[in-house]
Amino acid sequence: MYGYCGRVIRINLTEGSIKKEDLDLEKAKKYIGARGLGVKTFIDEVDPKVDPFSEENKFIIAGGPLTGAPVPTSGRYMVVTKSPLTGTIAISNSGGKWGAELKFAGYDMMILEGRSEKPVYINIDDDVVEIRDAAEIWGKVVSETTDYLREMHGDKSKVLCIGPGGENLSLMAAVMNDVDRAAGRGGVGAVLGSKNLKAVVVRGTGKVALSDEDKTKKVSSDKTGILMKDPVAGGGLPTYGSAVLVNIINENGVLPVRNFQESYTDQADKISGEALTEKYLVKKNPCYRCPIACGRWVKLEDGTECGGPEYESIWSFGADCDIYDLNAVDVANMLCNEYGLDTISVGATIAAAMELYQRGYIKDEEIKADGVSLNWGDAAAMVAWTKKIGLREGFGDKMADGSYRLCDSYGAPEYSMTVKKQELPAYDPRAVQGHGITYAVNNRGGCHIKGYMISPEILGYPEKLDRFADEGKAAYAKVFHDLTAVIDSLGLCIFTTFGLGLPDYVDMYNAVVGEEHDNESLLRAGDRIWTLEKLFNLKAGLTKADDTLPKRLLEEPIPDGPSKDNVHHLDVLLPEYYSVRGWDENGLPTDETLRNLGLEEYIGYIEK
Amino acid sequence: MIDLKVEVRLFATFREGREKKYFLDMPEGSKILDILDMLKINADEVSILLLNGRDGDAMRTINDSDVVAVFPPVGGG
Repeated sequence: MYGYCGRVIRINLTEGSIKKEDLDLEKAKKYIGARGLGVKTFIDEVDPKVDPFSEENKFIIAGGPLTGAPVPTSGRYMVVTKSPLTGTIAISNSGGKWGAELKFAGYDMMILEGRSEKPVYINIDDDVVEIRDAAEIWGKVVSETTDYLREMHGDKSKVLCIGPGGENLSLMAAVMNDVDRAAGRGGVGAVLGSKNLKAVVVRGTGKVALSDEDKTKKVSSDKTGILMKDPVAGGGLPTYGSAVLVNIINENGVLPVRNFQESYTDQADKISGEALTEKYLVKKNPCYRCPIACGRWVKLEDGTECGGPEYESIWSFGADCDIYDLNAVDVANMLCNEYGLDTISVGATIAAAMELYQRGYIKDEEIKADGVSLNWGDAAAMVAWTKKIGLREGFGDKMADGSYRLCDSYGAPEYSMTVKKQELPAYDPRAVQGHGITYAVNNRGGCHIKGYMISPEILGYPEKLDRFADEGKAAYAKVFHDLTAVIDSLGLCIFTTFGLGLPDYVDMYNAVVGEEHDNESLLRAGDRIWTLEKLFNLKAGLTKADDTLPKRLLEEPIPDGPSKDNVHHLDVLLPEYYSVRGWDENGLPTDETLRNLGLEEYIGYIEK
Repeated sequence: MIDLKVEVRLFATFREGREKKYFLDMPEGSKILDILDMLKINADEVSILLLNGRDGDAMRTINDSDVVAVFPPVGGG
């Protein structure tokens, strides 16, 4: 067996039992690995209607066949569970080094079941797998937890854990690994918190077996070369990090300001990648085997060194809150890493609270005891709210379950800039039509990264499209969605698309696993994975009505700036998207589509 | 000849050895390419050129009060 390890760990936390099972290789290959294999395993074992915080919800952590293999960006793994934030399938991806280490220990996937009575953590040391008491680390922030566990198990061990945010069941809680890497979205950290599982420590001394070592070496060297020569993957991203986007997105009039009330600011340069590099960057902070190294390591004004913010976090704590103090943004980002919280959702929730305050829904007396303002542009307040959310302290408790529940509690859900209750990232879709369809149909709710249409619509990768046009966008978005599902399932980073295309991924898979795929079959596996996630959501009770955008983005034209007067054209793009997917007018995959994708077993799964 | 007032914004590596922002007086009939030449920016290295926030191209003639933004290849997400 090549690429795959062939072993799965199954731990039932209620019983305290640990089993090692053989990987179902046929299933793994059909769904590639990581995201695809995780979703297929999850839907096979869990009722989509499950309460995310119940014992019946499971939690899967999976690497792909290329995770840990000697190919570029192979440090990635996927978390799959039912999201307590969205009620959809949660598919959260992270980099760092932990995912590769799980493969080195000899496992493709972990399936976590049940709920421990008291706080525990799991320690994996190659063949030894044990459940241990976590009383000493429960309540500790991520860096302290990581330090403690590495002292206990050796500094070669890699640590995945939750922070106080996951323990106190914040619906914005992330799963953290290697201190500052996050499977951030969907509240996945709260699911681990509900299971009383603080951490998974892993140490592996093996290697990923390769079908053809010479071929893998050559393919890897070729693909690394392409990435290094690419002006984005080998130039812009290593130099400035993903924050290089701040200025270009703003100059296009696409940077949401004050909770999407505007989409341009003349202050953006203060929080740009250029400013971050000039004032705060200490060094690059790359993931396993990554030649791109977009990760940042920064020095705060108080001298603390820590993981630095990427573009989305700079936006959420910055422009979305009308804040242009980059040190404050860096601090909020660091706090989220320590509490184990999703930076996009936390910043966007603070922005939504500021709008509720602006409009008089939140009254002064409600936040008086906290002694913290909800005024736009108050950087110290933004940092204070981030802390209070992490600890569920004062009014922060009300914000800790995200902007939808906060706004809804005031009878004003329309001020929550969410899709399926998950906060939208840093691009105003009113001026990027294809990106808007990604937001609306994304299986895990508001998310940019599972089909990044900003690439063709603004950045010109792989070609430049007119961002205001509708024509062809639904079909284009579908290909991006399927390709992203492939990359996530292989165990590679999506930023490799700044240089690599589908045939490059086929080359890497085939060299590592053995000849199995061509362009068509690999992309079809991506389509199969996306469609299976959709089936899960439909069975969970979501409908066409959930494939939408906040009312503001459909009805209120952008008031000013370069993208003035535009709204999103969901009425045009959604039916087209369903059609190119082979779904009916209500977004249900047709029997023919299921057959074409090898999903015959799901014919009749959804009642029509 | 009437001078046109143009604001030029440079980003990322185009700032190396240059200012972030220029306010230029250009003769009527000037093209964006003339601005790039003046700032010694090779047009082939320009990935994204925005004229008043919309996609522009180097051969476009400029008008008074135009804002030109010039980017090398950048990406992220």
